[in-house]
Amino acid sequence: MFLTFPIMVIRVNTVENVVEWRWNNMIIIGAGSFFLSFVWRYLLKKKETGNQKAKPVETDRVPLSQRLFEDHKIYIPAAIAIAVFAVIFPFVFSMYQTNIMITALIYVTIALGLNIVVGLAGLLDLGYVAFYAVGAYSYALLNYHYGLGFWTVLPIGAGLAALFGIILGFPVLRLRGDYLAIVTLGFGEIIRLVLENWNEFSFGPSGIANIPRPGFFGIDFSLRGATIYIYFLMIGLTLFTVFVVNRLQDSRIGRAWVALREDEVACQAMGIDKTKTKLTAFALGATWAGMGGVVFAAKTTFINPASFTIWESINILCIVVLGGMGSIIGVIIGAFVLILLPEYLRAFSEYRILLFGAVLVLMMVFRPGGIISNVRRTYKFEGLKNKTEMS
Amino acid sequence: MLKLTNIQTFYGNIQALKDVDIEISEGEIITLIGANGAGKTTTLMSVSGIVPPRTGEIYFMGQPIHQMRPDEIVSLGISQVPEGRRIFPFLTVTENLDMGAFLRTDKEGIREDMEYIFGLFPILADRRNQAGGTLSGGEQQMLAISRAIMARPRLLLLDEPSLGLAPIIVRQIFDIISKINSEHNTTIFLVEQNANLALKVARRGYVMENGRIILTDSAKNLLSNEEVKKAYLGLST
Ligand SMILES: Nc1ncnc2c1ncn2[C@@H]1O[C@H](COP(=O)(O)OP(=O)(O)O)[C@@H](O)[C@H]1O
Ligand SMILES: [Mg+2]
Repeated sequence: MFLTFPIMVIRVNTVENVVEWRWNNMIIIGAGSFFLSFVWRYLLKKKETGNQKAKPVETDRVPLSQRLFEDHKIYIPAAIAIAVFAVIFPFVFSMYQTNIMITALIYVTIALGLNIVVGLAGLLDLGYVAFYAVGAYSYALLNYHYGLGFWTVLPIGAGLAALFGIILGFPVLRLRGDYLAIVTLGFGEIIRLVLENWNEFSFGPSGIANIPRPGFFGIDFSLRGATIYIYFLMIGLTLFTVFVVNRLQDSRIGRAWVALREDEVACQAMGIDKTKTKLTAFALGATWAGMGGVVFAAKTTFINPASFTIWESINILCIVVLGGMGSIIGVIIGAFVLILLPEYLRAFSEYRILLFGAVLVLMMVFRPGGIISNVRRTYKFEGLKNKTEMS
Repeated sequence: MLKLTNIQTFYGNIQALKDVDIEISEGEIITLIGANGAGKTTTLMSVSGIVPPRTGEIYFMGQPIHQMRPDEIVSLGISQVPEGRRIFPFLTVTENLDMGAFLRTDKEGIREDMEYIFGLFPILADRRNQAGGTLSGGEQQMLAISRAIMARPRLLLLDEPSLGLAPIIVRQIFDIISKINSEHNTTIFLVEQNANLALKVARRGYVMENGRIILTDSAKNLLSNEEVKKAYLGLST
């Protein structure tokens, strides 16, 4: 309560150089936090008793999410409904809505990328936005200087981001946990500061404008057409990302990431190269941030370093944590919640951040595994069965 | 087959191994015994490259390996069962085994080896889709050994497989170790605190104290050696 004092009660009016005291806010906050603390205690207590009750049956309790995905009667119609909705969306809703949806899809993509690094490999990366910036600036600069088109730069931006991922990866691989988080955070800020201050290279804080939208065999779109085109492009990219991340999760390298998070010595004894495996996670994660960045630059047609602050990294990290680390569906839901909710809560813009924070804290208390806690598909051994069938 | 000469291994400034010389020939079971903290685990870690020696040489099948990375050493055919088992608790039994075959790409061979292991330890076959962390201590040790075999090693490094297990289980595991050795001619480097048991399966033994090898002889002679009896066999019989 006292922490909020300077923000909520004192308002410095910079134009007139006067300090406004908002004492009435103080009373509201006081009453509010008093009330909230009660709610808090009540919920915690309820959670504890709930846990006790749940324990005995836990062994055969399949998570709801898993049941949903395994039950084809629900799964297939749901998938079709979502697909139809996704296809007609830009034609039914306004361009404003479509644009918001594109943003959400970009976040889905890059959050899935970060999910590789944080959710699977367990490396806390707080400078992830740097790779997003690398992607966005590759498109902006390569287009400005060499006139390269969107489709040419998409793989280049992804590759450059991966390269930066490896460059960052090398020095920080020895670090763990908090140290890693701090160094990556620093790296993210360095990239932003370079972009802000190296005027000759990146045009400084004023950024780069007039970035062309993606082309389609030289056809010039109207603004609306271009938006719809980017929308479908993002749908495609998202599907591609989901496909790749899904395959990665079930692969040996995916399991090696999980294993490395659990026990490095045991992994080394199995012949898993610690450095190479972690670097792969970093580079792959960065690749998706790079692609997201290229699309972002093409969508907004204007970028400047202000889009790539530490808050952006934290936002993406929140998506991964909120959605459920390591779970693809969870991360997708997390991205939609965290991007769309603030967008539609604009009416309450003053309390947006407050609400946002409250939701996050409550989530972490009641569903620490995220909206969808990770249901890992496991690798089953079929050898013996085949053999008996053959003989 | 394996030859360590003048190995000195450090943890930071602390010297854990001093002038260690060990030699193993193909197909042998040898054991390294010693008290807690003597440097047994460090010896195995030096061989597998996880804690590389600062000076000294290690040759495996005539090839210097003391400067290689752990994964290169595994690919040459040295596989380690780490102390305390260290299986992956959230991966299933099958997945744990598959991690053991991380460097292999021959799917058929991996499948055959899994079947071989499930024959060796039927209990693991029953638990094949269960998370490793839910197994009992003995089952975890069986899994740890099996996981190491999945790499098809020519040399198997075993670090205290009897640690914390009931005597019946220990006997079962030692039988399997002998079986692996005789069926596949896998050379075995067994580290143990349970000297009595270790010296019964091994052909030769080394005794380590404070990072130095103080004694080496045939297992039979060590079992009847007065000093060894007093220091290492008294409690464990
Ligand atoms: N990770 C480590 N860091 C620092 N010192 C260590 C480490 N591991 C072992 N040591 C020290 O090295 C010595 C040998 O340990 P170790 O090889 O584990 O002995 P043993 O396996 O025979 O019980 C001990 O004095 C121990 O304290
Ligand atoms: Mg030890």
